Amino acid sequence: MMRGYVRADGRKGIRNTIVVAYLVECAHHVAREIALPFRHKGVHVIGFAGCYPNGYADAMMRKLCTHPNVGAVLLVSLGCESFNRAGLMQHVEASGRPAHLAVIQDIGGTKKTIAEGQSWIQWTLDELRQTPMADMAMSELVVGTICGGSDATSGLTANPAMGRAFDRLITEGAACIFEELGELIGCEAHMEERAVAPELAAEIRHSMDKAGRYYQAMGHASFAPGNAEGGLSTIEEKSMGAYAKSGAAPITGLLKPGDVPPTGGLYLMDMVPDGDPLYGFPNINDNAEIGELIACGSHVILFSTGRGSVVGSAISPVIKVCANADTYRRLADDMDVDAGRILEGRGTLDEVGAEIHSWILRVAEGEQTASESLGHQEFVLQYKTFEPIGPGCLPLVHRRVPVAPAATSSP
Amino acid sequence: MMPTQSTAAPSGGPDAQRAGDDPRILRLSPRDNVAPLKTRARRGEAMLIAGQPFVLREDVAVGHKIAVVPIAAGTRILKYGAPIGSATADIEPGQRVHTHNMKSDYIPTYTHDRPSNVGAAR
Repeated sequence: MMRGYVRADGRKGIRNTIVVAYLVECAHHVAREIALPFRHKGVHVIGFAGCYPNGYADAMMRKLCTHPNVGAVLLVSLGCESFNRAGLMQHVEASGRPAHLAVIQDIGGTKKTIAEGQSWIQWTLDELRQTPMADMAMSELVVGTICGGSDATSGLTANPAMGRAFDRLITEGAACIFEELGELIGCEAHMEERAVAPELAAEIRHSMDKAGRYYQAMGHASFAPGNAEGGLSTIEEKSMGAYAKSGAAPITGLLKPGDVPPTGGLYLMDMVPDGDPLYGFPNINDNAEIGELIACGSHVILFSTGRGSVVGSAISPVIKVCANADTYRRLADDMDVDAGRILEGRGTLDEVGAEIHSWILRVAEGEQTASESLGHQEFVLQYKTFEPIGPGCLPLVHRRVPVAPAATSSP
Repeated sequence: MMPTQSTAAPSGGPDAQRAGDDPRILRLSPRDNVAPLKTRARRGEAMLIAGQPFVLREDVAVGHKIAVVPIAAGTRILKYGAPIGSATADIEPGQRVHTHNMKSDYIPTYTHDRPSNVGAAR
């Protein structure tokens, strides 16, 4: 049985991380210095670099600072940036978590802020040992998936194997999220068929049309000659390689970054900004996508890679599923699952799918992933704009996790 | 090169893998009419597909796909249990399936309501 840290909103976490969040790049160094001695003690740095306000970044920071894997939050502000630090502080305090705001200009500079921040963390580490834990059901687990550093093996081994793990998790009641609409162009019709309701199918089509326009405006070609050399014949086939991560379950709903799945089932996250392309590429790198999956409540991330990405993430552990056996041998320390062995006749898609499934359970029970034990805590948050999701996006059911009043966290 | 291959899947697991398949064939979904190869195979080699022997007429690289059942022209090509295009010619089992005998069926609908100024050089 999984055990989770009990949070006041009714959700449970599989980690009890202290987040040190800088509220502008000018406070990043101080935040990093505060966290440095504690980086192997579950203290992670996140933050927003921009000085100008942005509704998306504000909402993302609120979601991340109250993520179920987060036990306490230290906000590090320079003082003159425009981030709404009081609003974020209030939001975190209302969630029942220990929180502290350190404003560098008020405290008196770098040295004093580092000292104050570190002594607060020392105190909070002790405090967090008291966090109540309780049995955690599969229906309380949220898993996100992403691929990065893909090669021709990704769509043959790691992605379809992760899809098999997703299918099993969904049968057991978990919520699973897939994303990256740009890599799904060509699969629209199939996704619409998988949608549980016609209203949802229409929302998916709307999001995919937006993605098509957006990526075209960014000058992104979908199908390159190199794809055909690798054996891919059509844009549908190329996209299916990434889409295979989603498995075969019906699509239950459509989310945007920060929307938490209200039930178990398979969810598509629309991460393409709404409106004109104002701020460049939808996601500047893999970690921007991971951050958004985590903001949707993902406790753990499945990451498929062929060429060999080494990244992890702040807040939620990343399980690295390596599609290419040569890459696995070369970067073994960074990988968790050797899916490339399928091509060498040392395993089947079903077997690797079962191994990924058991990895998720072990990580949820506290076992460290490769990137976690190596100290990877990558994080990036950029400027974006989103409209709220439409009425057809979510299933018409009650929240599976009741929202409890903030004061009921210690049974 | 010996044409005969073990008839069992390498792990013996059920999977989408069929008894009587050459272990070089990777069946991604039981519904599929094509399957990619796990390793390179050469022209003239024999390959068992669901117990039936076929001789490859051309080299097939890793990740490239062959037909695992007869596919008539116009039929949808299924990989991962999903359509990835349709056949432009009749294709026999063991024949390579690629841009020369299949095509995309994708119609990008996003261009329909596309404002004329989006995508203009900036």
